[in-house]
Order: sequence, then C-alpha cells, then structure tokens
Amino acid sequence: MALQLRKKLHESVVYIDRDSAPRIVASGMDFLLEDLPVGTRVIYPNQPLKGLVNREAAIRYALNHPHDCDPLFAQLTPGMKVTIAVDDISMPLPPMNTPDIRQTALEILVEMLHGHGVDDVHIIIAISLHRKMTPAEMKRMSGQKIWDEFYPDRYYNHDAEDPSNLVLLGETRHKEPLRINRRAAESDLLIYLNFNFVPMNGGHKSVGVGLCDYESLRAHHNPNTIRASNSYMDPAGSELGRVISRVGKLADEHLNVFHIETTINNHMFGADMGFLTKNEDDFSAFDRMKYEAMRFTMSKMPRPAKRAMYNSLKGNYEMIACHAGRTDPVHERIIAKSMEQYVVPIEGQCDILICPVPDMSPYSVNSTLNPLLVQVMALGYHFNMYRGKPLLKKGGTLILHHPCTDEFDHNFHPSYIEFFNRLLPESRDANVLRDKYEQEFANNPSYVEMYRRGNAYHGSHPFFMWYWGENGRQHVGHVIAAGAENAHVPAMMGWERADNLTEAIAMARSYQGRSAEITMLHQPVIAICDME
Amino acid sequence: MAAAAFYDLEGTLVSTNLVHTLGFYARNQQGVLRSLRKTATTVLSIPLFAATDQYSRKVFNDLFFKRYKGETEDRLRFFADELFESVLKPAVFPGAFELIEKSRSLGLRQVVVTGALDFSVEPLMKYLGIETYVSNRLEFVNGIATGRLLPPVLAAATKASWIRNYAEQEGINLSESYAYTDSMSDLPMLSIVGHPAAVNPDMRLRQTALHHDWPILNLK
Repeated sequence: MALQLRKKLHESVVYIDRDSAPRIVASGMDFLLEDLPVGTRVIYPNQPLKGLVNREAAIRYALNHPHDCDPLFAQLTPGMKVTIAVDDISMPLPPMNTPDIRQTALEILVEMLHGHGVDDVHIIIAISLHRKMTPAEMKRMSGQKIWDEFYPDRYYNHDAEDPSNLVLLGETRHKEPLRINRRAAESDLLIYLNFNFVPMNGGHKSVGVGLCDYESLRAHHNPNTIRASNSYMDPAGSELGRVISRVGKLADEHLNVFHIETTINNHMFGADMGFLTKNEDDFSAFDRMKYEAMRFTMSKMPRPAKRAMYNSLKGNYEMIACHAGRTDPVHERIIAKSMEQYVVPIEGQCDILICPVPDMSPYSVNSTLNPLLVQVMALGYHFNMYRGKPLLKKGGTLILHHPCTDEFDHNFHPSYIEFFNRLLPESRDANVLRDKYEQEFANNPSYVEMYRRGNAYHGSHPFFMWYWGENGRQHVGHVIAAGAENAHVPAMMGWERADNLTEAIAMARSYQGRSAEITMLHQPVIAICDME
Repeated sequence: MAAAAFYDLEGTLVSTNLVHTLGFYARNQQGVLRSLRKTATTVLSIPLFAATDQYSRKVFNDLFFKRYKGETEDRLRFFADELFESVLKPAVFPGAFELIEKSRSLGLRQVVVTGALDFSVEPLMKYLGIETYVSNRLEFVNGIATGRLLPPVLAAATKASWIRNYAEQEGINLSESYAYTDSMSDLPMLSIVGHPAAVNPDMRLRQTALHHDWPILNLK
C-alpha cells in the first residue's frame, strides 16, 4: 500500500514518511526524541470527546433515571443502613484534577441520603488487594466536606485480611467462592460508585473484586484465565470478564446493589503538557519549545525531584457519561461510550510492536514503576489494548522502552522485591510460581501486616501482576528492553536488552526480517485497537 | 519440618523497654524517700543507658541490671502483676495480636526471645497466648538481687545462638522461620531465619532492612 494512501486511514494512525518529524518516545520519566524507520505505523489516542457540561446534573439525572430498577430516592427509607463503595485512585492515570468525579458523586449521594433520613452511611474504598490509600489521598479524592463528616470511622479502606469483617456469600456453579466486606454485605442497600477508565474496569468486577478477599480473588486471577482471555480489555473476548460476571451475579443474588458508573474522555493533559499526546508533525513552534523546556528541566533534576514532579502531573479529564441502576445494563452503556472514545480501527497486525513505557501505572500512583510493573504495563496492559486479534502477530517482537531501573518501593511493594529477587531466578512459569509460592506470599504474616496497617500491596499482588502479562508472554516471540540501564533486570525477566531504540529495531529486524511491519503505540495513550 | 516465628519483645510487640520496668520498681520502693531517690537516679541515668546501648548491648546490660542490686526477689515478683496491668498491658501494640494470630494460623510455633526479666515477662506471655519464651534472669543470693544476670545473657548474638540450639532440639527449619525485632542489636537473630522483618525499627535497623530488602512493619 502506498504511504500516501495509508496516511488517510484514520486520524489517530500516522505512518512515518521521509519528511516526518521525530517522535516523542516515553521511557520511564523521560520523553526522548527518536527517528523511526520510514513506514512505521504510529497509533495515537483519539481526540477527546466533548465532556458533559454539567457533571452534577448528569449524575443526578442518572440517579433519578436508572436502568432496570427504581430511582435511588425511591429505594431509600429513613433509618436504613447504606454502604457506598467507591473505586480507589489506581484510576485514572494520571490522577485527575480536583474535584474528582468521585467527590462530586459522593457529595450528591450523601446529600440525597441525608435528605431521606438515611444517616447510617459508610463509605468504603474498594481496594481489594491493592494498597490502602493514605489519608492525604483519601482526602483529595473525597473532598473536604465528605472527609470532615465521615473520616475515619465511616470513610475507610476495605480490609481483605480482617476475618471478622468478611462474610461468605456462597460459591458459583464453578466453585468460585465469594467472600466480601461484611458491612457492605449486611447493608440494606449497597451503592457502588465506579470510575471506568479502561474497559476492563467496572461492571461485576466492582463488587465481586473490589470488596472481596484473597481466596475469592485467586479463583479467577490465575494464569489460565488470563491465557484464555483474548484481550482482557475487550469484555466480549475476556475469559476473566466472564468469570468475574459469574461471581458478580452471585453478589447480585444476595445483595441489593445500586450501581453507578462514570466514564471520562481522554483529555489526559492540560494545555501545558497536551503536546505529549499530539502528532509531532502537527507541533507548533510553541509545542516544540515546551517539549525542549521540559526535556531540559527534567535532565537537570535529581531523580527524587524528577519523581516528585512526575507524580504531581494531573489529568484534565472530563466526564462523558454517567449511568446508574442494575449492573449489567449500566455497564453495557458505559463500555459503549468508553469504546466510542478509545477505539481506533487498525488494518493488519504488525511484526514488531514498539511499546514505550512511561512511569504511569494503576499500581504505581505516588510511587515508582518497578520492573514487575514495567512488565505488566508492556505485556499486560499495552499488549491487551485490542479487540479482535492482537496488534502484534503471533511470535512477533515486542520492544518496550524503559530504563528498567532495579528500584522498588519498600512501603508499597515489599512482596514484589522478594518475588523479583527470589522467585524469578528460579522460574518464570506462571503456573509453577502460582502452585509453589503464591499462598506462601499471600499468608506471609509480615506482608499481611504491611497490607493491613501500612500501605503495602497484598503479598500475593506481584503474582497477579505476573499473570497479568501471561497472554502477552505466551504470544510474543521476543521482548527487547530498549534503553535499559542495566543488564540484570531484562535478563531476570527473560528479555533481551538494547542500548537504544535504533539498536532494538535492528535486533528485532534480525528476527522478523528487513520488511517487517513496525507499529508504535504512542505513549501515554489509551486506545483500543479494533483489529480487522 | 516445623517452622517458628521468633519475636523480640520490648519495642517489637510492646512499646515499653527495660527502663519502663526499672522505673516502675523505682517508684514502688519501700518508703517515699527511697522511691524518690531511686526514681531520680533512674531518670538521670537514661542518657547514659541510651549512650551505652548504642555502643554495646553487653556494656548496657552490665550497667543497667546493676540498678536492681539489693532488690528482694519476693518484692519483684509481688509487683509483677501490677507491672503487667499498669505498664505492660496498655503498651501492647494493636498490631501485635494480628501478627501473632496470623503466624499461629499458619502453624508456626510462637517463640519470644527477650532480654527483659523473667518475672516481668510471664504475665505478658499468658496475655499474648505465647507458651514458649526465654528471657533474662537476675541472680539472687539469699533472695537479694546481686545486680548480675544468670547466663546465658540474652542479647545480640546470644539470642541467635539460643534460637539455633532451640531449632536443633525442636526440629525447626530456620529457613522457613520468621523473626521480628525493632533493634539493630538483634541483627544476628534476623540473619539466621529465612523471613526476617524489622518492626517499628530504629534508624539503624531501618537502613539495614532497606539495604537487605526486608519487610518493615509498623504495629503501632
């Protein structure tokens, strides 16, 4: 196909020509400028959909016009016991500017509940086995008003390791157990407030995963479920999604759940950093100046200061839909809207997929992107950003661009350190690791205490991160870590290493041939490749 | 093969340390004047205790336990329950119960290895439900404390030696075992188990734990 023809396929798909500008390639906390080979396909995020003008009105409308159930106000009786479960700050990325959508929705909900004589209200952050949010993060997410009224007795993190506050709801027909938060289970009404950022979020995953314990989670968070998922970002092809739906339906049988889902556009950055998601060919002189200024500043900063600046980036997201009611009809509508924002039609798979990895992940908010998280972003999240068939051909080469620093957060990711240093040298086989070590880590008293009393991810979490990359690992032929600052991290992961992108492309071509089709996911990006 | 969880006590499972116990007995002397004098001496000695503890646990022990010289055994034992109720019980860290309970649920044998004195430890062990513990013992002659400890004096490397011997006798696999302590002086104890962890650590132990990638727990 002639290059000129290929250019016209979609505004989010750009082919590199002889006179194309170099591309910005995210790599950890850096944004490098790289010349890509002529013919390389670069996939950008779609233009942001227009946000809803009046967010409050949209939420109130959804509460008063729910799908397949009575409006919220009609379900309220004075003196009833209500629990509001809310998603944690693992989404969106980067965290959005205040007020967070969750703050707006919580304020509306609380006002409505109080107005109907409902005062026994608890707000639980549905962290599942994620780390507990810090008080400062909780306050930022909920806003001062909710914080003052509810924290700490009635606004807190779910604790998946507190046996006295968990209750077994039952098992699915496939023997998957579901044990969830007692307060949520024993409430007259459970309101789940979901923030849908990627299509994997929301739906039955909210209650069935967000409020459950380790034993419930391990029934579906396992290598085989991930292997059977033809993209876990595509609800229709996701085995993980199917299992979680089963579990969620079990929750619906036992609980009175009023589900609220919201979704946002991909207005990731404001005017100051907006150039990061723009086609470099369309850069203005001012965009180039901003980029150079950013690059210069970042290059002069010591690492901790750079990290602090990077973590202070905030998203300019706007809400584009809000639905409420029964879980399934609400989720269907939210997914449809989400796909409208994210789907980019793509023709043909590629032989070499370039996946720059910025230090931005659901599991590293206000922290560092450790090697296991680099793995989950490349082989998990980015690899799975498709529906139909993978963007990369079976046996193709994936080039990830990241410094792969051997750096872990001791407070947030303690069990990751042991997983990386003790287990990976022994085996990278996900099933072996699960059978041999997962329960040992999950039950390690130190990790349990750090999860419960500190802000650590659960001891089993690094295993789930490893499984999360499983379908990517099974599909790719080679992984090359371009720009890796050391040799041992890529070696431990089973990857090859290259000094830079040019060298990595040359190595990949040696496997895939000189005429290999190359595609790059321009990062940061949330785009679902709709493969024909 | 069985495994165990070995805990240091003071600063790890409870917020008190040896000085709190000494202070309690200083306050409860026979007569007001004697109590005031002992209390004042104990308070004034705190900087010296702190300095020697930083230097060497052995020197600290030699100096510290001399303060018990002249105390009668029956008096020390008589006040032990009150010491537990008024000083030690309120000082148990909230997370200590969870940590012990989780360890016990895994079938790990619960063992406390402490440099505190036996009469002060006993009621606390009953309260925490720990049957196996080893602690320091004062030497008494004719029922009067000499200010010396009976061997083996549990501190630093001797805690590790005791654990090794115990593991050998009881068939405990140390590679599968856990150890918890708050103090750098217990580094040998952490070094001999497969799963060491620093609990509410001091600055030096925190740095060491970070260096070795050991978990750092806060039970407060």
